[in-house]
Amino acid sequence: MIYLLQRLGRTTCNSLAKTGRSAFFLAHGLSGVTDIALRPYLLIKQLYSVGVLTLLIITISGLFVGMVLGLQGYYTLSDFGAEESLGVMVAASLVRELGPVVSALLFAGRAGSALTAEIGLMKATEQLSGMEMMAVDPIKRIISPRLFACILSVPLLAAIFSSIGVIGGHLVGVGMLSVDEGAFWSQMQSNIDFYDDIVNGIIKSVVFGFMVAWIALFEGYDAVPTSEGVSRATTRTVVNSSFSVLALDFILTALMFGDI
Amino acid sequence: MIPSMEKRGQPQNIVSIKNLSFSRHDRKIFDDISLQIPRGKITAIMGPSGTGKTTLLKLIGGQIKADQGEIKVDEQAIGELSLSGLYALRKKMGMLFQSGALLTDLTVYDNVAFPLREHTRLTESMIRTLVLMKLQAVGLRGARDLMPNQLSGGMARRVALARAIALDPTMIMYDEPFTGQDPISMGALLHLIKTLNNTLGLTSIIVSHDVQETAAIADYIFILANGKIVDQGTPPQIADTQSDWVKQFMGGDADGPVRFHYPAPDYADDLLMLGK
Ligand SMILES: Nc1ncnc2c1ncn2[C@@H]1O[C@H](COP(=O)(O)OP(=O)(O)O)[C@@H](O)[C@H]1O
Ligand SMILES: [Mg+2]
Repeated sequence: MIYLLQRLGRTTCNSLAKTGRSAFFLAHGLSGVTDIALRPYLLIKQLYSVGVLTLLIITISGLFVGMVLGLQGYYTLSDFGAEESLGVMVAASLVRELGPVVSALLFAGRAGSALTAEIGLMKATEQLSGMEMMAVDPIKRIISPRLFACILSVPLLAAIFSSIGVIGGHLVGVGMLSVDEGAFWSQMQSNIDFYDDIVNGIIKSVVFGFMVAWIALFEGYDAVPTSEGVSRATTRTVVNSSFSVLALDFILTALMFGDI
Repeated sequence: MIPSMEKRGQPQNIVSIKNLSFSRHDRKIFDDISLQIPRGKITAIMGPSGTGKTTLLKLIGGQIKADQGEIKVDEQAIGELSLSGLYALRKKMGMLFQSGALLTDLTVYDNVAFPLREHTRLTESMIRTLVLMKLQAVGLRGARDLMPNQLSGGMARRVALARAIALDPTMIMYDEPFTGQDPISMGALLHLIKTLNNTLGLTSIIVSHDVQETAAIADYIFILANGKIVDQGTPPQIADTQSDWVKQFMGGDADGPVRFHYPAPDYADDLLMLGK
């Protein structure tokens, strides 16, 4: 019993300490924005490895998600004779929910895990200590460019995901299930609101990108510098960031679209 | 000791450690040690693996904080410096890590150029000249286009040395510079450390358990064991030591006050599984 209490206490203390460390880490990472302004090539390089390399999986997944939405939406809507609304249905689901959420989840799996492993291994091989001894701040030099690259690329990836998804829905709905093409587009145009749907979707994906980047980079930086420690940290990144994305999605949806 | 330096008003000791204690997970790594490292000399710190030699260098570099005691580098107390003060001081220190700690996504050339690009506003052609000079000094000018994963351990350490001297530091700390070097590069490296020290007026701190090699170039030796300084002196003084422990360590004998075997039950009994 005492032992359990001790363990509970220790776990609580450790997680509080970790939260504190991660907050300082984030503030330090964000303060690196000035260094990025001086060395934009660092950011560009990360935009490539974090953003461009995730593009393929985002495009393909977006296409399939859109196609599935087209199929499912058609069967449900045709029961009510509302096939013409397929365009709105597909676009709204994508822009509001699936675009930001699924692309953030894919991003966490593809780029987040890679970031944690990269930073963790840099720590394990003393590259971060080495930089410190060369009077170069590893957080500003290594972490900040990656942090901002994630914050910038996740919304773009989500936008691409949604656009490709709409094309997928169109392929299935208009191409295979003969929904009227004019109705598909015009209903979409008149019912998707720029502020309510698109801007809110972008806000969501900025928040998700920020969250995934924070978790992935901190887990790497805080990893136990051994092969086992890095592999555990990588797992934690994927699990924690997926969980945070889904939980934050609920909160943001409630704030944006709900009347809570 | 060095009149020319004292005349310029520089204190004789570049590093001065007073009553330092440091523990990790309840294990006392340093127990109230004090030592001085004279400017312009080669000082060796020796001791068995795991005594905390690397830890001592990290304490001097300000990467970890001491539990108790004071570490002064260049008359500045490391523990009280701000982050920017610490970074300014580190520009004057070079450190050669045990593993080399090269940046794995940069070539050998870019690794050596890294501190120059970070801290100076030199043009690329000046950087090129400097980088090639430093690489020439460690014998790896021809390896400039290789990536760190294409280097052997010994080569990586030499590249790291070239990088550590890129900014012409006043003090350089070598963590196990000799492990993994073949006899030829070992000789070259010893010569290089000595020349760097004498021609550039550097202060060198060598951490090592390669006793003979280190003793050959060191001006002064500290021997650490179990959290204490067990002996210190010039190489001849250490060679004439009265301590059995130091004799064994310097001679590399398997028999002596230090046992090679981790404490264990009797060997024969263990094999016959007597007494489980
Ligand atoms: N990051 C660390 N966390 C916990 N213990 C450590 C860490 N680094 C080193 N140690 C422990 O500190 C002791 C001294 O290590 P080190 O300074 O690397 O020894 P040396 O360089 O003399 O071989 C060792 O017992 C080692 O296990
Ligand atoms: Mg060591």
